[in-house]
Amino acid sequence: MSVASLSERPTRVIYQRPELLCETSTRYCPGCGHGIIHRLIAEVLGELQLGPRTIAVAPVGCSVFAYDYLQLDFVESPHGRAPAVATGIRRVRPENFVLMYQGDGDLAAIGTAEIVHAAARGELITGVFVNNGIYGMTGGQMAPTTLLGQRTTSSPTGREASLAGYPIRITEMLAQLPGVAYAARGTIVDPSAIGKTRAMLKRACQVQLEGGGFALVEILSNCPVGWGMTAQESLEHIRREVIPAYPPGVIVDRGRTATTAPSISVEA
Amino acid sequence: MQGNGHGASERRAGARHHRVLMKGNEAIAEAAIQAGCDAYFGYPITPQAELLEWMARRMPELGRVFLQAESELGAINMALGAAAAGARVLVSSSSPGISLMAEAMSYMAGQQTPVVLVNVMRGGPGLGSIQPSQGDYFQAVKGHGHGDYKVPVLAPASISEAVDLVPLAFELAERYRTPTMLLADGILGQAMEPVELRFRTPERRPADWALTGAAGRPPRVIRSLDLQPEDLERHNLELQAKFREIARREVRWSGQQLGDAELVIVAYGTAARVARTAIRRARASGLRVGLFRPITLWPFPERELARLSARVRGLLVVELSAGQMVEDVRLAVEGRCPVAFHGRMGGMVPTPDEVVEALRGLQARVGRRPRRAPAIPAPEPPPLPRPARSSEQPAAPFEGDGWSRLEPAEPTPTAAGAGRPLATAGRHGRNGGAR
Repeated sequence: MSVASLSERPTRVIYQRPELLCETSTRYCPGCGHGIIHRLIAEVLGELQLGPRTIAVAPVGCSVFAYDYLQLDFVESPHGRAPAVATGIRRVRPENFVLMYQGDGDLAAIGTAEIVHAAARGELITGVFVNNGIYGMTGGQMAPTTLLGQRTTSSPTGREASLAGYPIRITEMLAQLPGVAYAARGTIVDPSAIGKTRAMLKRACQVQLEGGGFALVEILSNCPVGWGMTAQESLEHIRREVIPAYPPGVIVDRGRTATTAPSISVEA
Repeated sequence: MQGNGHGASERRAGARHHRVLMKGNEAIAEAAIQAGCDAYFGYPITPQAELLEWMARRMPELGRVFLQAESELGAINMALGAAAAGARVLVSSSSPGISLMAEAMSYMAGQQTPVVLVNVMRGGPGLGSIQPSQGDYFQAVKGHGHGDYKVPVLAPASISEAVDLVPLAFELAERYRTPTMLLADGILGQAMEPVELRFRTPERRPADWALTGAAGRPPRVIRSLDLQPEDLERHNLELQAKFREIARREVRWSGQQLGDAELVIVAYGTAARVARTAIRRARASGLRVGLFRPITLWPFPERELARLSARVRGLLVVELSAGQMVEDVRLAVEGRCPVAFHGRMGGMVPTPDEVVEALRGLQARVGRRPRRAPAIPAPEPPPLPRPARSSEQPAAPFEGDGWSRLEPAEPTPTAAGAGRPLATAGRHGRNGGAR
């Protein structure tokens, strides 16, 4: 085969940088899941051609830097207030797509009032909730989602229920609200799980476009540095310890009938 | 009471300027609507609840956004989001609620998000009372949240003036891309009085920073985070340049009976209303007393007060507080004349007779002027340090009922790029403007 005929052979792109993902390296720690999740968002928004319509809300925490990696209009929210900020955007710009990115400290601790009420109002917002069970940016302190027995810098002998209470499954709590059209939990532990999480994100975006109501995808992610593990160990930890406590699956999908009575089923 | 309010709305269609009996909270709300407010977010708290209720009824009628939030935190952050997306936004609350909003005020100052916030002050600290107070002066003027920032603070002394100040607050917020506060109190919010409804809709300026979706342009980010100290210092220097620009151009104050005054009361808002009555009584008993009333609490009319202090015998600051603005008065006066204080707290309002008594005390302290040296014409004040800028406003006479503000200098863009010229800038004088 000649060189000329080789170059004329049609090529098929099977993997490339999504257009909405900036051409830069992230400041996240080696092995951190935020990079994968950013990529999934860029892929899904690109596929749905939502990039130019999107206004995104960045939280406080490691992922505040999301605006450095995603080619989207962004506003920075005070800690935990992203659902309120997103609500303000949503109400004055109905023609836009509103995306919100939060961590577990942001959403399930300091911002519980805001997330509950945005969900209760059925705001047309798509939320990405990254649960790695720890406050990463501040050095690995206990989060509301930290597992019982898990050691963190503020639970040095492991989380004890008698002192610090129990982990919160907040996505299940939110799923009870009729305003929530879609709530699901995915993980990033392997390519298959990443593919399922991508499908959940896409559905959560479509629900907003259809006017269904509030949509949330919780993603079980890792924090190798905060957990004191290698990247490989951290993924194994998610499989063995985290998934049993936070079962992945679609928790509720009410579609457009968000105002009907809630029926909750957890698919493990 | 609401009947009168409805009357106002019915008549509004025909005329933009008329006189009605109206409650302060409702007049402020309607003034915001007429100023083109796109969205209102709030949470119930006394004594500002009628403002929220007025908005709940009127905004949906007009196809605009009204939303009762889950908390003051929710309300102010909804406002942050809506303003970041380019909307003209109003939020209102009262003292304890404003404390909850302090966090977002700092974020908005850092991000340069234009939102107008009304504080109908009540007694504190803590849950305090639901009666009027001016105990939040420090909070409003010295900063609500963390970090180096200031926001414009407008203090009306009547409901009519509040109606005038609402569109101005939107103008300042948008011209300088800053949160702006209207500082009222429980009396101004709750009282009904004949109100001159001079509605005005400030012109919209292109918001080339607002979030609309990155279609056909690079993405925009509205943020306050800068982990590199060099970058954050640069951002702070830009903000400080903007604050200096506001301080240079936006000082507003009012003077009354200052021409022959030996003693001058310095008071704002409801305290200034009490002071007017006290001045009438004091003058009837032979005291030569005038009133200096700051309308902008930040920027504070410090140069004007300094000039005034050089030609009077003493100042009496009257507040519904333990004495907060008095500190700024003393800083401005720099010892040129004695500065006395009279205040009541916890929802109590000083009576005119108390103020007259305080004036007599000040008079005894400073002594009487010899009769052969009448106070008119006032002696030239000693020269004051002049600002570096050559465009300093000319000295204005210390007189004028209503808006005796200094006319703004030619608008110039600020270093932060936020201060574009205001096309509708002009006089807002009750009697046709400044004199």
